[in-house]
Amino acid sequence: MMITISHYLVLAAVLFSLAVVGIFINRKNVILLLMCIELMLLAVNFNFIAFSRMLGDELGQVFVFFILTVAASEAAIGLAILVVLFRTRQSINVDELGSLKG
Amino acid sequence: MITSFLFYTFSLILVISALGVIASRNLVYSALFLVLAFVQSAMLWLLIEAEFLAVVLVLVYVGAVMVLFLFVVMMLDVKSESLKDNFNRYLPMGLLLSLVIVIEIVHVVWFRSQDVISVLLPQANPESYSNTQALGALLYTEHVYAFELAGVILLLAIVAAISLTMRRRPGLKVQDVPAQVNVKSEDRVRLVKVPSNKDSSR
Repeated sequence: MMITISHYLVLAAVLFSLAVVGIFINRKNVILLLMCIELMLLAVNFNFIAFSRMLGDELGQVFVFFILTVAASEAAIGLAILVVLFRTRQSINVDELGSLKG
Repeated sequence: MITSFLFYTFSLILVISALGVIASRNLVYSALFLVLAFVQSAMLWLLIEAEFLAVVLVLVYVGAVMVLFLFVVMMLDVKSESLKDNFNRYLPMGLLLSLVIVIEIVHVVWFRSQDVISVLLPQANPESYSNTQALGALLYTEHVYAFELAGVILLLAIVAAISLTMRRRPGLKVQDVPAQVNVKSEDRVRLVKVPSNKDSSR
């Protein structure tokens, strides 16, 4: 049995849903939430690359390139915010971050 | 045949390491599992001949982003047991949601459209084909505007990250370099005329 594009799409779906489960069960830990977002972006990139390969069009891979760029800067800014947060609150628990609320 | 074997091996390790990311008790283990997941994804991308992106994934993610994650995880003194106490409370809801997502996507891409999109991946590219060259030709000509915008976004990330995390502590003793350079000799040495001790009777 050969590998078809559906294999890659199903793998990306499994990866994405694992990241969703991770967000549900680790919803107190901001660092793990960031990691799960990285996993989701990875799953999306899988779809782009699989379709790009199937259609013989490199545009999908260009798109993945930009997604990687934005995801890297998102991780950097997110971690910087996290460090500042930890300095002021001594905690990264999401439940304790509601102090700006009315 | 060998392709199928490699695909299933890599995807098995990828799914296991994704499970490790979301379920391990220690944040450092999660980050290392995420590194493993990225490496396996790079292998899978090599398998469908996206060589440039596979290399970029290893260089940028494993080399830079995950090092940043590990750095932050080890720098912050996080008590992870206090962050895990509702592990079981939301597990059924998350499992339900993810099962719905998987079933829907598998239903669409595997069963409903077997004849539409489930074609075999095309034959391997000829030996003279260079994935990097093709991507570069597309990136530097047709999408050069978006490419430069990506550069601006990276610059923005640098500025934001540095300005967020840099702090000036009030009590720190630092050199004042301009004051040191602009100092005059009059400021350094003060000549005081001391009256000579005339009456040494005491």
